[in-house]
Amino acid sequence: MSEVTSEQGVSAPLELPGRKRFRFDNRYIAPLFITCILLVGHLSYGFLESYSKTALAIAASIVTEIILGRIFFGKWLNLASAYITGISVGILVRSPAYWPFALGSVISIMSKYVLRVKGRHIWNPSNFGLSVLFFLAAETVAGLSIQWGNYFAPMVVIWLLGSIIIWRAKRLHISATYVLSFFAFAFLRSWIIGDPWQSEVAPITGPMYQLFVFFMITDPKTTVRSKGGQCVVVVIVAFVEMLMRLAEILYAPFYALFLVGSTAMVVEIIRDARKRA
Amino acid sequence: MKAPSRTTRSVLLVIFLALIAAPIVMKRLQARREQGKARLDSSLALRRYGFYLQDVAQASGITFTHQAPTLDPKLDHIMPQVASMGAGASVVDFDRDGWQDIYLTNSGEGSKNSLYRNMGDGTFKDVAGDVGVADVNQIGTGVSMGAVWGDYDNDGYDDLFVYKWGRPEMFHNDGGRSFTNVTAQANLPSWINANTAIWFDYDNDGLIDLFVGGYYSEDVDLWHLKTTRMMPESFEYAKNGGRKYLFHNLGGGKFEEVSSSIGINSRRWALAAAAADLRGTGHQDLFIANDYGVSELYFNDGKHFKEVGEQTGVGFAPKSGMTAAFGDIFNQGRYAIYVSNISEDGVLIQGNNLWVPKEGTSGDGLRYENLARELGVELGGWSWGMQFGDLNNDGTLDLYLTNGYVSADRNQSYWYDFSKVAGGNTTIISDAANWPPMGGRSLSGYQQKRAWLNDGAGHFVDVAQAVGATDTYDGRAVVLADLWNRGVLDVVVTSQRGPLLIYKNTVAPENKWIGFDLEGTKSNRSALGAEVKLFWNGRVQVQTVSGGSGFCSQNQRWLHFGLGNAAQVEKAEIRWPSGVLQVIDKPTVGQINRIKEPA
Repeated sequence: MSEVTSEQGVSAPLELPGRKRFRFDNRYIAPLFITCILLVGHLSYGFLESYSKTALAIAASIVTEIILGRIFFGKWLNLASAYITGISVGILVRSPAYWPFALGSVISIMSKYVLRVKGRHIWNPSNFGLSVLFFLAAETVAGLSIQWGNYFAPMVVIWLLGSIIIWRAKRLHISATYVLSFFAFAFLRSWIIGDPWQSEVAPITGPMYQLFVFFMITDPKTTVRSKGGQCVVVVIVAFVEMLMRLAEILYAPFYALFLVGSTAMVVEIIRDARKRA
Repeated sequence: MKAPSRTTRSVLLVIFLALIAAPIVMKRLQARREQGKARLDSSLALRRYGFYLQDVAQASGITFTHQAPTLDPKLDHIMPQVASMGAGASVVDFDRDGWQDIYLTNSGEGSKNSLYRNMGDGTFKDVAGDVGVADVNQIGTGVSMGAVWGDYDNDGYDDLFVYKWGRPEMFHNDGGRSFTNVTAQANLPSWINANTAIWFDYDNDGLIDLFVGGYYSEDVDLWHLKTTRMMPESFEYAKNGGRKYLFHNLGGGKFEEVSSSIGINSRRWALAAAAADLRGTGHQDLFIANDYGVSELYFNDGKHFKEVGEQTGVGFAPKSGMTAAFGDIFNQGRYAIYVSNISEDGVLIQGNNLWVPKEGTSGDGLRYENLARELGVELGGWSWGMQFGDLNNDGTLDLYLTNGYVSADRNQSYWYDFSKVAGGNTTIISDAANWPPMGGRSLSGYQQKRAWLNDGAGHFVDVAQAVGATDTYDGRAVVLADLWNRGVLDVVVTSQRGPLLIYKNTVAPENKWIGFDLEGTKSNRSALGAEVKLFWNGRVQVQTVSGGSGFCSQNQRWLHFGLGNAAQVEKAEIRWPSGVLQVIDKPTVGQINRIKEPA
């Protein structure tokens, strides 16, 4: 999922200066946070079908990262990013089969090495992998929908913790803009189709969106560089998502980010190339 | 970045594209397998699978069609979803003429329940009105959800308990000729929104007791809602459902509610219950399949119940439990537990559970693992009732499952709206007013049923289409019973807002069978909880006499065993609830062995 931890890119190795050896590296906040979500969620609500499937997703992700890191960079990479991707696939994929967990992770990691434009990958890895699974393997795979007990307290705690972490990573503006846009478009959808506004707002109160908002749309490697641009992109993501929701497409946020995020990246890469030319 | 060679990049790209294409290839292969499930003609089905089914309900004179209730107008916009239960079925020989009769519950306000008396000539006649068990859905008293039969006063005739969203009804069977409504004397609550009930003698005192599981909270009158905040507070963790009741039979037609005092305290949304002695203690343990949450398993020591769902593994991952039944699927003398849930492509893949005892665990250390996927019985759509039974008499238990929630407009699905609210915060999901209108859309409608045939080697194969179970109604209860005394299990299936189906079963004649009809003396006369362990051809299979299992259903009382081609049975061990162990050497094959508990 998000590469909040890898500002230096996929090639960033773990290199702590000696004097900072005992300082906590910011890159590990997100993995720790998502691990806490997983453990607390599972121990309190039992939201994993099994540990083994999540472990498989994480292992597949890490192994792929190690292999491709050696092939592309000739060195051992920091695996925090791969860990987040794996754990995200492990949480967000619901399937009675094992193979989607492995396949989702491998495709996610491979996408950032194989699908590159001018040396940059344009899709958030787990967004790519999940979109592929949801679109092509619907008979076996579903997305996480309802695993926080639907209760208020855990929802608030996670939103608060997530906000603090994203704020420390200097990307809170992206999440906040998306959330505000989602609400605005939710009310617009409600007005258009006549359904209760609560039903349109309901999806963002679920855990899938917490992971989407904090870990996926904020990925530094697959968002445009300027703050303003980042905000514009997520507003467009929310808008495309609204259109998809009007068409009753279940995994609208993933598909919207898949389309809009990559388009924005390509546009930026082309503009950069023109400037250099 | 050290750029890999062009060849390396090309290889990686090919691998990447192949991986992306993998789900498409798998889908094509699956579609090809599904094509092979087309209906076979009866002789081919008989040769290939050893049985075939044919719906004969109409030909047998059964015209029953289930009617759904019309609840408070505040629920109009989601009425098909809320008023989606109530087609219960239970089989009993109420008049002891040797032929199995069928009781069917209806759910329209003012509608009548039916008691189809088996005339013994291949036809049935509805006698519910004549004997006084039809008119139980009067306006203001709620509507029926299901019914279970048990001889609570040991007079030899099965009595009837009808559970409702409303006032429960108890009927005493007066010698098979008529019934007397004894609800008032039985000391039952005035209102329960119940969706499951079973008879079992939890304390082995010789008098059968009654468990009733609430679905909606009992303070909700679904026809006069004080608030629309009556939906589950969570799709998977809800604990705001109806309470549970355990009515201890005091004798003399009186019951005492004892659930809290003996350890059953739950407000989960119960949809099914079943009881069996899972640990060999001589006491029946209680399994409850809950909608919107985890299943519950209660170990019973005869005086107290202890909830061990999480400990045993069956109550950890929350799903949408809708049926519960026990079956010795491996012929090991141990029960597996089947729980049906929801699977809808691309939306919600809960998968059904087949809880199998883990190797090396027993007694209080009993643990289960879910082998539904490994054994091929995991995906059954929006699954409802199911039962274990040997459909082809080959000596292994098969599994029949029905499914389908709301079949309305074939081209429009409510799933998108359903899922967006179901995943929302409790303040949203629990209020019916927040749910978008269904507007005539389907929700997992028109689904194909499953007849999973046990190959005896650890795998089940769905042969429903091939053997003739081709209906796509919104199935609810499944009952297995030998309706024509032919030594085969016929399949009775009810449908929500649909007709009753009776799949008459024709089985390959080379496959033998044996039956056991038990009557308790020291134990309860219905012999509920008695176990028969059958030994033949190096095999062993255990079955228990049940007072209800599955979804709103009850199989025939007597136990049916398929034997394959074995012409002889080594012995049958009968363990009565009283603790008496009786061994019958070489019981007669091809007939029902009527056994009375030794004094």
